[in-house]
Amino acid sequence: MRHVISLLIENESGALSRVSGLFSARGYNIESLTVAPTEDASMSRMTIVTTGSDDIIEQITKQLNKLVEVVKVVDISEAAHIERELMLIKVRATGKDREEMKRTADIFRARIIDVTDASYVIELTGNQSKLDAFIGAIDPALILETVRSGVCGIGRGDRVLKL
Amino acid sequence: MVLTGAEIVIRCLQEEKVEYVFGYPGGAVLYIYDALFQQEQVRHVLVRHEQAAVHAADGFARSTEKVGVALVTSGPGATNAVTGIATAFCDSIPMVIISGQVPTAAIGQDAFQEVDTVGITRPCVKHNFLVKDVRDIAATIKKAFYLAKTGRPGPVLVDIPKDITIAKCDFEYPKEISMRSYSPVVKGHQGQIKKAVQLLLEAKRPMIYTGGGVVLANAAEQLTKLTRLLGFPVTNTLMGLGGYPASDRQYLGMPGMHGTYEANMAMHYSDVLLAVGARFDDRVIGNPANFAEEPRKIIHIDIDPSSISKRVKVDVPIVGDLKDVLDEMIRQLEAAPTRPDASNLAAWWKQVEDWRSRKCMEYKNSDEIIKPQFVVQKLWEVTGGDAIVTSDVGQHQMWASQYYRFDKPRRWLNSGGLGTMGVGLPYAMGAQFAHPDMPVACVTGEASIQMCIQELSTCKQFRLPIKICNLNNRYLGMVRQWQQLFHGGRYSESYMDSLPDFAKLASAYGHVGIRVDKPADVEGALREAFTTHKNDLVFLDFQVDPTENVYPMVQGGKGLTEMILSAEDL
Ligand SMILES: Cc1ncc(C[n+]2csc(CCOP(=O)(O)OP(=O)(O)O)c2C)c(N)n1
Repeated sequence: MRHVISLLIENESGALSRVSGLFSARGYNIESLTVAPTEDASMSRMTIVTTGSDDIIEQITKQLNKLVEVVKVVDISEAAHIERELMLIKVRATGKDREEMKRTADIFRARIIDVTDASYVIELTGNQSKLDAFIGAIDPALILETVRSGVCGIGRGDRVLKL
Repeated sequence: MVLTGAEIVIRCLQEEKVEYVFGYPGGAVLYIYDALFQQEQVRHVLVRHEQAAVHAADGFARSTEKVGVALVTSGPGATNAVTGIATAFCDSIPMVIISGQVPTAAIGQDAFQEVDTVGITRPCVKHNFLVKDVRDIAATIKKAFYLAKTGRPGPVLVDIPKDITIAKCDFEYPKEISMRSYSPVVKGHQGQIKKAVQLLLEAKRPMIYTGGGVVLANAAEQLTKLTRLLGFPVTNTLMGLGGYPASDRQYLGMPGMHGTYEANMAMHYSDVLLAVGARFDDRVIGNPANFAEEPRKIIHIDIDPSSISKRVKVDVPIVGDLKDVLDEMIRQLEAAPTRPDASNLAAWWKQVEDWRSRKCMEYKNSDEIIKPQFVVQKLWEVTGGDAIVTSDVGQHQMWASQYYRFDKPRRWLNSGGLGTMGVGLPYAMGAQFAHPDMPVACVTGEASIQMCIQELSTCKQFRLPIKICNLNNRYLGMVRQWQQLFHGGRYSESYMDSLPDFAKLASAYGHVGIRVDKPADVEGALREAFTTHKNDLVFLDFQVDPTENVYPMVQGGKGLTEMILSAEDL
């Protein structure tokens, strides 16, 4: 099962490697991991997308909690939540492909944020499957480069992950 | 008061009431050694290898309730310390390791004696720090001690670049430490404890299984009280020996791979299992699938939530300090209107005694050749069961754990988790420093002792009257045993050729060396060591039966009930 784990961690050097080291040492999967400081610069928020049986997810959250620098851990996928990921994709845009690419971007509500006479850079935000769908919708031969941020997640409504 | 970083380090150790630092100097820690030189409160023990410094500090911690402290230089000093740190980590031993680092400006430049100590040790410490500002030293060391000894204990490393030790700042030792990201649970959940007590009272075939946590939490007294109150059988793991008096009738011996028949059978066939500060290790429960075959309710008390339901599903988890939780259990039991059902319990004990009557620990003694088990039995007799016993890793370790009966906690020091050969002598050193008036014996093998044998020199310098009992079988015995049983008798690289004359070696280091060849001389040699040579280090080199195996045995991957009780079962 896929899980989205959010955590608050002291914003100290080495904190990230403690988390990633934990996953590799214990053989847990990481599908994606994002991290950046929060509104309180002394603390970072991480979103980890992982897969595993219930037992493994239980161990993952316990082991994360055990790390001295980890302040709080929540499996946000246990309840209603929102996931977003950012993708920048550079595509060939010449001849008839140029117009077609613009149309596809519009359908996905993506934005073209850089233009040359031969290429576009397209920015697209959404959940993982929307980004996947966009990639699926365009001709693979036209893709020059893609970069994805990994998933950021947040609980809906009253569910707040805060100190 | 304005002090240098080095002076601050030493002042912090003084504030923490550190009596001994085990260490080895080098370039990156020269200022710290200079500050050490200019005071008398914290004493330094110069070992002969950094691995031994960490093991000795670890042995000091295991034999007391205190935090062990080691000090090493950067680069090779730190890498030599890693085995010691990992050993302590695996057994949750509270320690603070201070390592020197190259100057801040040189970090990342591949400087002389530079390694990423924080990176190398990260997976084998409870936590570690790189100090980047002299103003952070005091708070960091305070945190290090706090982390090492609270919650589930463990080693904490503080890496200090050389320039930070010369920089100056005002020194004040923080009184309190609070970390928003770290607050270990102490009190167990009342409701859970209540559930547990109910289960215990209704149990038909109850069993108490306890581990190193009981020793670490200083909860032996509570465990004993609870066990007597309930009247249940009890077993202590290799790490938990002494948690309950081994000479008591309710004690069934150690469980697991080389545990007793009765302990393993009672673990397996219990209907309610109370696990206290233990972690269902593979060396203890054998194959978890086999273990899960018998339906039983499991209550698990541990300070570390991640130990619970890790290998075995638990019905009643209780997270908390063992002392606290056991006290509360005792309180609730004493207040309970009912007692465990006497007839159920009598029937269960009858079954347990039946298992016990197999006398699985009996071995065939000999007049011709010294049996290793016999040496340990005699050691137990000669010391009145009252010595601190350390061991290395191998057959001798198992025999020591099986035949020396520990009635008190913190008397048995060994590397249970990592299984590190070489710990025996440094553990004995740490224990002897902590208990100068107690007899300390190191039960070892001719292979293990050679992994830290240089420490005989440290023992001379500090006049440590350790008694080394070398069960010399000329083999990497435990390796040979596995090769005999599981590899068709192909003894690949397990014979120890070209052994030194250990008695002479000991005397070359300035100690007493005695070689013992005949069973009839075992007791006499031990008596001589512990009386005539009470104040000397004595190296007793027992020439033991090279073919002897450790039994009973549960083979790796098998269930607890499939035991080989003796060579006849093969
Ligand atoms: C540092 C280290 N290397 C290797 C091993 C694997 N090992 C476990 S027991 C053993 C043999 C130990 O021989 P000895 O010290 O003579 O003890 P004996 O088993 O003969 O009593 C070995 C090599 C280990 N535990 N630790």
